[in-house]
Amino acid sequence: MLKAFYHLLARDLRLAFRSRHELANPLIFFILVVTLFPLAVSPSSETLQVMAPGVIWVSALLSVLLSLDRLFKQDYEDGSLDQLMLSPNPLVILVLAKVCAHWLLTGLPLVLIAPLLGMFMYVPDEAVGVLMFSLLLGTPVLSLIGAIGVSLTVAVNRGGVLLSLIILPLYIPVLIFGANAVDVASDGLSVRGQMLFLGAVLVLALSLAPLATAVALRITASR
Amino acid sequence: MSNSSTTAPMLETRSLECVRDDRLLFSDLTIKLAAGEVLQIEGANGSGKTSLLRILCGLRLADEGEVLWQGEEVADVREDYYANMIYIGHLPCIKGDLTTMENIRSLLDTRSRSASDDEIEQALAKVGLAGFDDVVSKALSSGQRRRILLAFLQLARAKLWIMDEPLTALDVQGVALVESMLMEHRETGGSAIFTTHHGMQLPCEMSSVTLGVKC
Repeated sequence: MLKAFYHLLARDLRLAFRSRHELANPLIFFILVVTLFPLAVSPSSETLQVMAPGVIWVSALLSVLLSLDRLFKQDYEDGSLDQLMLSPNPLVILVLAKVCAHWLLTGLPLVLIAPLLGMFMYVPDEAVGVLMFSLLLGTPVLSLIGAIGVSLTVAVNRGGVLLSLIILPLYIPVLIFGANAVDVASDGLSVRGQMLFLGAVLVLALSLAPLATAVALRITASR
Repeated sequence: MSNSSTTAPMLETRSLECVRDDRLLFSDLTIKLAAGEVLQIEGANGSGKTSLLRILCGLRLADEGEVLWQGEEVADVREDYYANMIYIGHLPCIKGDLTTMENIRSLLDTRSRSASDDEIEQALAKVGLAGFDDVVSKALSSGQRRRILLAFLQLARAKLWIMDEPLTALDVQGVALVESMLMEHRETGGSAIFTTHHGMQLPCEMSSVTLGVKC
């Protein structure tokens, strides 16, 4: 079972590295959006510092949202998804492997580049760690919840709008607590509450989202 | 007499019914497939052949009736059923960015089967893809991609093959290859269910079920 997890994860990572341009898309989108704000709004440090947590978190969220399509689309179109569903291994484990691969390819790069963008946006040094840590806890949740939405809409042509409608409401708690944590940390206050909340949401999503995704995939295939 | 699992047919359906978009495709369909039996599903386009195959392998739910694997309902023995059944749909399930070898390995991995490089090379030679193991699959023709699936089919060692149009894109030698593979499979006690619009000539008894007789 662990082997099946590992093999699928390795396959998805290998596939992603074979088409590198797609790999860089979410990261470039994230950087572009954040760097446009100083140009469009104001380059003054006070304004940017106030906006920074929100801007960075919203950009990260949209960047993940745009990359979700990749999660199951290709497998659905070439029939590999059927083979995964007919695997003797539990579908939940395979779903988890695919979501892990998705996070390693989209979420993790965002976490790693965040300190640089934090500097652009005058995020105080003491809040940069919190920014990274909040994204580290939050982006896996975005991938996990996103997987539920994608598995429901993968068979729908141009399901993008539908996908956003389904999952954005579920993203909002993560966005609020993530951005708020960075905001509060900039003021030098404790962010323990926000981090515990994000951690709890991550545990919840990690245990329930793959189950929901597996069921949703079976529903999609049965049509 | 009790219907113990040793005497039960390999795959059995009981009064299966399938409705699609308010259209009744088939109803009260009963199939019994014993070990070593080959069954062809016939029917016009849109008569529900693919739907039937997807119901048989559990991807689609039947509107009525049940599918039994060795006497037990498929949903209850899913793991055992899937370990012994292989479904080849009309989609290629081949990744263009992976090489032939990697494609076969990843297909085998989803079934928790492993094969040595030698075994894979032998299987590739048998389907006429010798020397193509390091070629990226998007450089192959669609017939060659189908042949990768045939190599996978041999390595997966499943008892039951469910194949949707297995002859698609294959040339004359390819068709002969599928026929000989089916015969070999049958001799080792395996069963197969398939659909095809091409003539398949098997030198053995072959039962058939025709869907949508009205057309």
